[in-house]
Amino acid sequence: MAKQIKVSLIGNPNTGKTSVFNLLTGLNQQVGNYPGITVEKKEGICKLSRGVKAHILDLPGTYSLNASSLDENVVIELLLNKKDKDFPDVAVVVSDVENLKRNLLLFTQIKDLEIPTILVINMADRMNRKGITLNIEVLEKELNTKIALVSARKKEGIDELKKLIESYALLPKTPCVNALTFAPDYFESLQKTFPNESLYKLWLVITQDVNFRKIDKQNLDITPDFKIKSENELKRLQQKETIKRYQFINNVLKQGLVVDEKAATGTRAKLDRVLTHKFWGYFIFFGILLLIFQAIYDWSSYPMDMIDEGFAWLSEVTKSMLPAGPFVDLITEGIIPGLGGIVIFIPQIAFLFLFISILEESGYMSRVVFLMDRVMRRFGLSGKSVVPLVSGTACAIPAVMATRNIENWKERLITILVVPFTTCAARLPVYLIIITLVIPDEKVGWVFSYQSLTLMFLYFLGFGTAVGSAWMLNKILKIKNKSYFVIEMPGYKVPLFKNVAINVVEKTKAFIFGAGKIILAISIILWVLASFGPNDKFNNAEENITQEYADLSQEEQDHKLASYKLEHSFIGYAGKAIEPIVAPLGYDWKIGIGIISSFAAREVFVGTLATIYSVGSDEEETIKNRMAAEINPKTGGPLFNFASGISLLLFYAFAMQCMSTLAIVKRETNSWKWPMAQLVFMSVLAYTIALIAYQVLK
Amino acid sequence: MKTTIAHLKRGQRALIKEITSDSIPLKLLEMGCLPGNEVELLQTAPFKCPMYLTINGSHLAIRKEIAAQIEVQII
Ligand SMILES: Nc1nc2c(ncn2[C@@H]2O[C@H](COP(=O)(O)OP(=O)(O)OP(=O)(O)O)[C@@H](O)[C@H]2O)c(=O)[nH]1
Repeated sequence: MAKQIKVSLIGNPNTGKTSVFNLLTGLNQQVGNYPGITVEKKEGICKLSRGVKAHILDLPGTYSLNASSLDENVVIELLLNKKDKDFPDVAVVVSDVENLKRNLLLFTQIKDLEIPTILVINMADRMNRKGITLNIEVLEKELNTKIALVSARKKEGIDELKKLIESYALLPKTPCVNALTFAPDYFESLQKTFPNESLYKLWLVITQDVNFRKIDKQNLDITPDFKIKSENELKRLQQKETIKRYQFINNVLKQGLVVDEKAATGTRAKLDRVLTHKFWGYFIFFGILLLIFQAIYDWSSYPMDMIDEGFAWLSEVTKSMLPAGPFVDLITEGIIPGLGGIVIFIPQIAFLFLFISILEESGYMSRVVFLMDRVMRRFGLSGKSVVPLVSGTACAIPAVMATRNIENWKERLITILVVPFTTCAARLPVYLIIITLVIPDEKVGWVFSYQSLTLMFLYFLGFGTAVGSAWMLNKILKIKNKSYFVIEMPGYKVPLFKNVAINVVEKTKAFIFGAGKIILAISIILWVLASFGPNDKFNNAEENITQEYADLSQEEQDHKLASYKLEHSFIGYAGKAIEPIVAPLGYDWKIGIGIISSFAAREVFVGTLATIYSVGSDEEETIKNRMAAEINPKTGGPLFNFASGISLLLFYAFAMQCMSTLAIVKRETNSWKWPMAQLVFMSVLAYTIALIAYQVLK
Repeated sequence: MKTTIAHLKRGQRALIKEITSDSIPLKLLEMGCLPGNEVELLQTAPFKCPMYLTINGSHLAIRKEIAAQIEVQII
């Protein structure tokens, strides 16, 4: 294999870095994680001429090499370490022509590291509207680099960029500014101690300690143990360095950039006046939330029903085509429904990310943060947590994935941990059937019924618990997290279709291949536990039933058989085993089985009860009547009364009971620690509250 | 009393004076909040926090605590 040119794409957020990346690599890209942390790693291959290929790494957006977040840390750790396998042969710094001054700060820093550097000036299509003229020749000379003027939107300038990458060996390596002139004595002695190193690199290694976090010096190829100045002294020097760099940049731009203010036009100010308005801003935002909610709750139900039916049909067909036997059962009852349980989430995930990428791409998401920051901050959440929390009301899976956009790791983690408390759609079947059973069907006043008020209360309870736990986690979690709220408000843009499409596809793939494996594995395990039993009762079920119920019709016998088998399967015995534990909550072993099997997904509870009570159909009325007739052997009264019903409602409101959520949390936090903590915390909370409720009400 | 960005009214402009406090994040400086540069308050969220500004041509939102540390001269 020919050697690939290693290219790192670096740039401030919102400069169009991802758009350039998408143009260079097309669909030839992979998204993964950096080892041990949860920062997204995007790489791709770009074909240059004569069979030469470039390996492109899209680094997280960063404002400077003085990191202030986990994302930015990734960039600096790579650039300081020549031994890293991704260390670039050439750095491509992407900048936005409208914000050239600020973007060049990062450029001068990279250049000082003596890495061959190309400057991309993107968004060239906007120069006319903003009255901008550039003198590329002057800029190239002053900045000591090669420049590609690109419009990712119009797909212009990409070939020139590819040519520059191909001939990267010709790029000058020398810095363009000598920024370290403000403390001559200090730097002179530093250089004397390490004559072979770039001075700026030494300075960066030393100063990182006062930035986001100490970098792991063992991984670096140099370890200057130099007398460190005091932290405040270092900070002051960093400020001086920044001022110095801006002086240089201002000088360069005076010669190379002309802005004709009169020619500039913009809709930004007008849009901002409405979208960040104290009243209309919120009004519009809640309208958008409602629309998102409608899409994942309502619109996705059509494709989801089709997927559901499709997989049921597939099971049937497979069953009828293959000879009966345990292996075929595994396929038709274990694997196919398990796969269906993964695919069913795709419409919701796709819809949510369609909206989120449009909001991000258009620049609107920053306005959301602006509007919501004050409220959410109190609870340790980010302004961006609003979207996941509201989407969680439809389904926690896409909601957990949606937290990716939260840059601050602590705020992101808290959002992930509390999202499963919001009332997702899967809780609804359980809620509805129990509410109709135990809450009287009477009206309070003229409009509201007790039943609908109970449902509403459960929604508020979910949201309240989410916010309350966030507040608590914010106090408990000790995560170092220097986040100052400085957020850039980018200009408004019409989203690029290609970027949105790639984002939706990427997120869906991440779910299927990341969490899908775990979901499939657990559903197969649960299937095995429900389809095999430890003793002869299970194996001879058919004979026992046909003898005992000889006078019943074939259909009724089948229902009795299914119920009998479930009772004597591993899950059935597990349900009986936990009866002493759940009895104080007012449940019997049948509900115990329901709880265990609905660990896969909450809505399974209703179906499992249907099987146990051998009603054989999911029709709500029939199950309801059957459940209402159930007697609690201890009290002699109905099993589902007000006390046990409320206890069950509360149990499902708080308990985790969703393996898909656990799987996606594992993927997003890159460790089993957080999903397990979540599982334990939520289960204990659910148990305790259900226990108190039953004991008080009974 | 010193005049800071937190004192600005909507639409008001000011020049940034000396930056003295160590607790002003470096990131803010890197985004153009440097002595001599012009700042304008564009919009505030309820209770004046966060504040939406343009500094040196960049559009930024910052929290009021930080805004209150940046001394300015209103023009
Ligand atoms: N007019 C114009 N808009 C562009 C161009 N390139 C990208 N954009 C838009 O700029 C916005 C930001 O682009 P991204 O590619 O997401 O920028 P990024 O630097 O990767 O941003 P982050 O993902 O936040 O780091 C999007 O709305 C793009 O559609 C361009 O050449 N011209």
